[in-house]
Amino acid sequence: MKVLGKPRRRVDGRAKVTGQTRFADDIALPRMLHMKLLRSPQPHALIESIDIAKAKAHPGVHLVLTGQDFPVTFGILPVSQDEYPLAPQHVRYVGDPVAAVVARDEQTAAEACDLMEVKYRPLQTISDPVEALQNPEPRIHAYSELGNIHRLQAFEFGDVDEALERADHVFEDLFFYEGNTHLPIEQHASVAAVDGEGKLTLWSSTQVPHYVHRSLARVLQLPASHIRVIATPNGGGFGGKCDVCNHEMVVGKAAILLGRPVKICLNREEVFYMHRGRHPVLMKFRTGVTKDGKLTGMHLQTLIDGGGYGSYGTASTFYTGALQTVTYEVPRYKFEAARVFTNKPPCGPKRGHGTPQPRFGQEVQLDKIAEKLAIDPAELRLNMVAKPNSLTANWLKIGSIGLEQCIRTVVDRSAWKSRFRKLGPGRGLGLACGSYLCGAGLPIYFNKMPQSGVQLLVDRSGQVTAFCGATEIGQGSDDVLAAIIAEVLGIDPFDIRCVTGDTGITPVDLGSYSSRVTVMMGNAAIEASNKVKNLIAQATAEQLEVAPDKLVFANGRVAFDGRSVTFAEAVSFAEEKFGTLGALGSYKPPRAPGRYKGAGVGPSPAYSYTACVVEAEVDPATGWITVPKIWIAHDIGRTINPVLARGQVEGSVYMGLSEALMEEQVFRRLPPKLSRALVHKIPSLLEYKSLTSLDMPEVDTVLIEDPDPNCPFGAKEVGQGPLLPVMPAVANAIYDAVGVRIDELPITPDKVLRALELKAAGKTPRVGPTSFPAVPYPEPVIVPPPWEGGDGNAVKGHERTKLKVSAA
Amino acid sequence: MRQVELSLTVNGEPAAVSFAPYKTLLEVLREDLNLTGTKHGCELGECGACAVLVDGEPKLACLVLALDCQGRRVDTVEGLADGPKLHPLQAAFADLGAAQCGYCTPGILMTAKALLEKEPEPSRERIKEAISGNLCRCTGYQQIFEAIEDAAKRMRDEGSR
Repeated sequence: MKVLGKPRRRVDGRAKVTGQTRFADDIALPRMLHMKLLRSPQPHALIESIDIAKAKAHPGVHLVLTGQDFPVTFGILPVSQDEYPLAPQHVRYVGDPVAAVVARDEQTAAEACDLMEVKYRPLQTISDPVEALQNPEPRIHAYSELGNIHRLQAFEFGDVDEALERADHVFEDLFFYEGNTHLPIEQHASVAAVDGEGKLTLWSSTQVPHYVHRSLARVLQLPASHIRVIATPNGGGFGGKCDVCNHEMVVGKAAILLGRPVKICLNREEVFYMHRGRHPVLMKFRTGVTKDGKLTGMHLQTLIDGGGYGSYGTASTFYTGALQTVTYEVPRYKFEAARVFTNKPPCGPKRGHGTPQPRFGQEVQLDKIAEKLAIDPAELRLNMVAKPNSLTANWLKIGSIGLEQCIRTVVDRSAWKSRFRKLGPGRGLGLACGSYLCGAGLPIYFNKMPQSGVQLLVDRSGQVTAFCGATEIGQGSDDVLAAIIAEVLGIDPFDIRCVTGDTGITPVDLGSYSSRVTVMMGNAAIEASNKVKNLIAQATAEQLEVAPDKLVFANGRVAFDGRSVTFAEAVSFAEEKFGTLGALGSYKPPRAPGRYKGAGVGPSPAYSYTACVVEAEVDPATGWITVPKIWIAHDIGRTINPVLARGQVEGSVYMGLSEALMEEQVFRRLPPKLSRALVHKIPSLLEYKSLTSLDMPEVDTVLIEDPDPNCPFGAKEVGQGPLLPVMPAVANAIYDAVGVRIDELPITPDKVLRALELKAAGKTPRVGPTSFPAVPYPEPVIVPPPWEGGDGNAVKGHERTKLKVSAA
Repeated sequence: MRQVELSLTVNGEPAAVSFAPYKTLLEVLREDLNLTGTKHGCELGECGACAVLVDGEPKLACLVLALDCQGRRVDTVEGLADGPKLHPLQAAFADLGAAQCGYCTPGILMTAKALLEKEPEPSRERIKEAISGNLCRCTGYQQIFEAIEDAAKRMRDEGSR
């Protein structure tokens, strides 16, 4: 390897340190106007009237739009097209946009918003999942599956009750994971403009320009060929810019109607209400184990607070269950899930999408199991790691697994064996593991087309330009693209120009989500690069009088046995022989073996693995938790750029630790005289607590390389997986330190103190959920696991009422 | 619309600008002087993304009324490099992964510059304190600490030559 694995400045690194990276809000166009959205102060209400007369008459106002201007719904998933750009009739959370003003500046637009008079007829507010289960009416959405339950899922892979009966021990545990939000430092912004031919361009801080493109065509009822979406570099995404946003639709419409560029930038409070972040999940695990620590079966139930709209929720719901079988051998598995609608900002995907919650539960439960069986928690896990090149009970195909090496690495480096349960009062170690997708096997809307495409243009100057729809959200997707092409063509990544995230000129890539970019874009890039390389090799071989396959592409030269030409010269030979040079590459994941309905969520070309040890200190007088050090080892397959890979791991550790200790997206009711509205408790960067530089512990990061054959040069994901083990490792370390179980996140000092008081009083030293409400889960879809004679099909399905796709 | 006039020194050059009187320094820099390298994440003084130097001191531009900057010296990320040559902090941030999405980067660079001008050899703890008002959601801060330490060393080495 000439490029891969070597620490390098990222190809877009210089722009980032000189202030030249152009984020969406940095764009200013001649004659540009500014837009503000008027948002509902009511959590659940019907709009009786909107009087826009005063706003329209306000000096400097150019346009006022309401729900009447947008008859068509949208939504990221085909099964939940349940949002309007502006709500025409029914508002479902505080912050739901109801009108928009376009004016000469932001200030004027904000003043005009204040002049609008909206009459609401309040409806009963559904504030949490228990209320949603108890109150099927009033329905937040007419299309929900049952009352205010958005979605119900149930699957059983082998007879779990029988597996638990057969177990030596059955552990039943409840866990709760509070919701939290992405908190990108860049607030969402979009600029829309109509070009000289009347076609629309939208620059937006989005992770998914392709889906925004499709939604704009649908909502604005324009040909997709007349719309161009350019994803500007995102100032942090973490899943928060994965959804199609109201403001993107509205600003597009405004630019068309006015024939002038229009910009919107959300303020920080609006970003909190935009949300689409981590779902709050209540979980119940029933797990059977043998006395020597093998799992016999697992039954997981989840109850998920979805907020006011569908968003990615149907997929998120599947993800609270689908990946539970990928880390350890689970011979039988039953999974039941329910996502409810509540009158809060919609939840969606945040780093780890739906999997950190059950990962937290399972890893804490394993810690309890290890203690009961008197087996070291690391040994327990080593004894049950899933096998490479195997199928799981729910028919996921696993390729390479570096988890065993990850566990051994963090155990060695943290001196686990000599320190676990031996650090003395107030200090402890905790261990946990995780696994994650390297890209979702299926696209969001059903199709059999490639999920990523790369186009290369190469010319006689030696210039290489790579076009790809992939989106740079800070993770380094442009650097991955350049590095992979450079490795194949034997040139310097800095010599490649990346043109990315532009639906007008780049081949489709579905976006930066589900940790899909390295694997999918990377495989497409290899295909395109190899095609170009073959042409160059054929032409150069003739000139050097050798066989094409003997040529070596390296260090900017094409060489054989002492004879060589520069890359540019070699390209000239090829351009002479074949004409103008270019190539296309594309990638579609392999077909997954599961055949049952619902098998589409969970498959991936490969899975990454991570193990983590956290050291914690707990002050018994205050409950204050300090984390001095974290050891983490991540199975990355192959490292493309170690500088960036380490940054992804440590960024995940940071975000995971912050979720474990403090982050929470929580709501409160205003007093009755202020309408009892359900509002965000802390919609500011100061009050929404997150770790600062002072709180961040030392992190010992190790990358484990176990190349996966499905991945480009073997490289798996690194952006999300390393977050997963951090939260449970913190909980387990706190238990080692002070002997209390905090079975819910975040683990705040008050919860630790409460548990310590229970301990002192001789009661069960645990803080966490104590009951799981009755949820009307359907009869499960029955799918025999591979080792019980199944073929991947369901032997029994459940009847499902036909879902109506409508937001009325 | 009422406009006010302001003269100040921006990145070493005199600048005169007219703008609506309620504007913050952040808004005037970004909207009226087209210096969009300085970012905003909250406009409430909570995130540190808009940090610039006013008379050499790090200030949150979103909390400074532009009118208060008459005759002052303001330095932003655009003025950090010496022509084509990156400032040692910029080079270290780019080389060592201290900028991921790059959105918090300008504010941290300016804050770190003020630190290193006062303390050429700061401890890790001092670095943590100095940038504790700058939120970064991407990096986990490790590579930022290392880049500031590396830049400090580069600057000391350059100074001793």
